[in-house]
Amino acid sequence: MVEYSELTPVNIITGFLGSGKTTLLQRLLRSPDLADVAVLVNEFGEVGLDHHLLQNVAESTLLLENGCVCCAVRGDLQKALRDLLSRRTRGDIAHFRRVVIETSGLADPAPIAYTLLSEAVLCHHFRLSGIVTTVDAINGAEQLNRFPESVKQASMADRLVVTKADLSDEPSLVALRQRLRSLNISAQILDSTQISGNLHQLLTDDIYDAAGKFREASHWTAEEVDEHSSHTHSSDVQSFAAVFDRPLDWTAFGVWASMLLHRHGAGVLRLKGLLNVEGVPTPVLINGVQHIVHPPSHLEAWPDADRRSRLVFIVRGLQRARIERSLAAFNELVNAPSMMPDQGSGQPTIRPVTKIA
Amino acid sequence: MCALCGVVGGKGHWTDSAAAPAVFANRIEPHTRARERQARTRLLNAVLKYHGIVVKDWSGSSYLLTSLTGRTAIVDTIADVWPAAERLAGRTIDPLDEQYLETLTKPH
Repeated sequence: MVEYSELTPVNIITGFLGSGKTTLLQRLLRSPDLADVAVLVNEFGEVGLDHHLLQNVAESTLLLENGCVCCAVRGDLQKALRDLLSRRTRGDIAHFRRVVIETSGLADPAPIAYTLLSEAVLCHHFRLSGIVTTVDAINGAEQLNRFPESVKQASMADRLVVTKADLSDEPSLVALRQRLRSLNISAQILDSTQISGNLHQLLTDDIYDAAGKFREASHWTAEEVDEHSSHTHSSDVQSFAAVFDRPLDWTAFGVWASMLLHRHGAGVLRLKGLLNVEGVPTPVLINGVQHIVHPPSHLEAWPDADRRSRLVFIVRGLQRARIERSLAAFNELVNAPSMMPDQGSGQPTIRPVTKIA
Repeated sequence: MCALCGVVGGKGHWTDSAAAPAVFANRIEPHTRARERQARTRLLNAVLKYHGIVVKDWSGSSYLLTSLTGRTAIVDTIADVWPAAERLAGRTIDPLDEQYLETLTKPH
């Protein structure tokens, strides 16, 4: 069985209409470290892309029976990725080591992530590496005010790239960065004009990349965590880091998280965590997008002396206090006397058969 | 597939030992798959008691859910437990529900 980290990584580049996705992609593709990348684009925009592996994808979504929009398989993407895979296997196209999907300006990244992580064939060949969202420094704030699509694209990002910063003024840029941080506490925020040397790290850093996982995890904890406040926003999106002093029980965390995502997956835009798991000396990394959670990864060592679990939530319409209380209750439950083996597990008791002489 | 019962091998879940070597391979003390399933089944019973659902581990590959009225369902992973339990119980299961949390945090 192929290790999850060995699957072909897929990056999503998203951002509102005219926010500079294609310009950023052009710059990325010029990097020698990203020479073997296949690109799928939703639409051919005004900025031409000159790349040897370029395919257009018409946007269509197959809604599943449960009707949740984030759990929809993008039929077009499914077909395009299967086709790419097939052609790579046959040797019809140059071997590629990474795929970049550039979405349309109004696209929701969630169904793309869902397609990658759950489609029967694709999930054995591809993995989601990271979501890069471009935000226009001139129009970004207004777009965030007016368009829920823009809010979702920013909330789901692993990297937020502010474009056209040179055309804006410093106070506006500071306000936009604060706004973005309020929506997404864990994403790295960069100005496109400042990205140069290690441009490829924008795509390659993720928690499965041996060279980049430490850098990636450091963004999740870089923000000073204020345990009594969280970033709220008029769009009902809330971004916060929950900190747990005691190690988390893996069984309790897994049962709790799967129950939470079953009922509230549509409202949990991102779930990321650096966990101190009971009995595991190294930190465990969790990364989820709505209903789907990637297989956990781990760091070889703790980033600093702080051994507390830090879970980053980006949620819509859910209460922080309730989430923290609920996870703590599940974690406490495993230590309750009734949870000890063979005591009140809810299983029927087998009584010894009395022999009748 | 199990030759005796004809059960097709269950699909995985991100919390399972196969998908999470980061959690299971790095443990200070060995933590077997069987031990994890026992712990998980105990916890599932504790959290679903409120909904009148009893869970049993079935052949180490599936979970057997039984309602108070005797209705049953067999599911592969813990992600499949919740929709099946809701169907059997006839109501939603919400870990953020205030009343549910009250019950869960009562002294045992």
